[in-house]
Amino acid sequence: MNDQPTALERFWRGIIPENPTYRQVLGMCPTLAVTTNVQGAITMAAATTFVLVCANIMVSLLRNLIKPHLRILVFTLTIATFVTIADYFLQAFMPEMSAQLGPYIPLIIVNCIIISRCEVCASKQSLVPAIADGFGQGLGFLLGLCSIAVVRELLGSGTLMGFTVLSENFWVNCGIMILPPGAFLTLGCLMAFFNWIGSKRQEKKQEN
Amino acid sequence: METFLSLLLLFITAAVINNFVLINFVGICPFLGVSKKLSSAFGMGLAVTFVMTIAGLLSWTFTYFILRPEAPGTVWLFNVFGVEGVAPNLSILSYLVYIFVIAASVQFVEMYVKKFFPPLYKAFGVFLPLITTNCAILFACLEIMKRLQDPANLWGLTEAMVYSVGGGLGFTLAITIMAGIREELELNDIPKPFRGVGIALLTACILAMAFMGFSGVNSGLSKWLKKETTEQQTAADENGAAQPVDVEKATN
Repeated sequence: MNDQPTALERFWRGIIPENPTYRQVLGMCPTLAVTTNVQGAITMAAATTFVLVCANIMVSLLRNLIKPHLRILVFTLTIATFVTIADYFLQAFMPEMSAQLGPYIPLIIVNCIIISRCEVCASKQSLVPAIADGFGQGLGFLLGLCSIAVVRELLGSGTLMGFTVLSENFWVNCGIMILPPGAFLTLGCLMAFFNWIGSKRQEKKQEN
Repeated sequence: METFLSLLLLFITAAVINNFVLINFVGICPFLGVSKKLSSAFGMGLAVTFVMTIAGLLSWTFTYFILRPEAPGTVWLFNVFGVEGVAPNLSILSYLVYIFVIAASVQFVEMYVKKFFPPLYKAFGVFLPLITTNCAILFACLEIMKRLQDPANLWGLTEAMVYSVGGGLGFTLAITIMAGIREELELNDIPKPFRGVGIALLTACILAMAFMGFSGVNSGLSKWLKKETTEQQTAADENGAAQPVDVEKATN
């Protein structure tokens, strides 16, 4: 157990070095689908973080009881239970957001980030690192979603969080950015950008 | 004829117009992960279609008889156990049931194919177990569930099946085209930061633009369908209306 990272390391790793969107390339479906505006992206990331932390807690507490060959089934059923809670909560308290996100809230069940975190971290480590890992990965996912949503909302409808930033006087909205191709385009360019930054930093390290 | 045309419209909508991968963004993981070789991409597509059809049929059955509000099975269960004062609604269990249905149908398909079609099993290989966590299948189940919530416009078993087969074939189409393009891209000189997922996403962007071109087909087809039926109706009405006039003329 000594070679496992500590809670703080787990938390930090989730945000930048093992960012779910740009480094691990996991959970692409919500990343592309709900990033037409920033509020949607934040709600989605919050729901995913809630499910991720809860599932990590459950799996971490049960890790000595779970039979290895049944573990994926246990993970999935735990996740499905918490997703049902999150879905009913959103339907009750944020009906508009729930309608906007539509089927992508239930699709958190098959989000690969959560299963991969249960497998990599929670089924091997105790409660505190598992919770820290959940929050770290959730925050990394939030950063990934928001970076795409900011670009798409700004270019596509000239607003940020619903407030007009680029006025119609000097800016023509690129409708394509809030349509499906815009999602692929933005994510592709941002991924290349972060790869480029990453390779620059590595070159610097090698020179030193 | 009319039902056939509306089923055809549903099929085209599921397969091309609202393509699962490129318009609805489900099943992106295999779309990016398994699209490096044409043959494996095609195998993955067929496996997904296969499982999606079975899971779609099963989830329709469960939703229709048990999970939707006021479903016959739920009413019966509530009567048997003497539950009173609560509306018969078990839809809170839907997500758990769908996950079970998908996992079970993947297991079933794997055993069946292994026993009766060994060459096909070899072709599917590792893709079959991977399908359990494929969001495209759950998305199809959720769409079918959505269509069973509204009692005025219920989907029958046929519609559910046509929708799942169409969705699966649309997925196959998208992943096969993608693999074809990526095989060609292997030989090209791509800027270093774009290598791997970056260029795949840009390719998907252009593909999505191409598929968006179909979006007008939807309204056009349904308009044509409506016109066809209203024309028949008006023709029938005219026949009906013409007779009394004739009678009137005759009396005059």
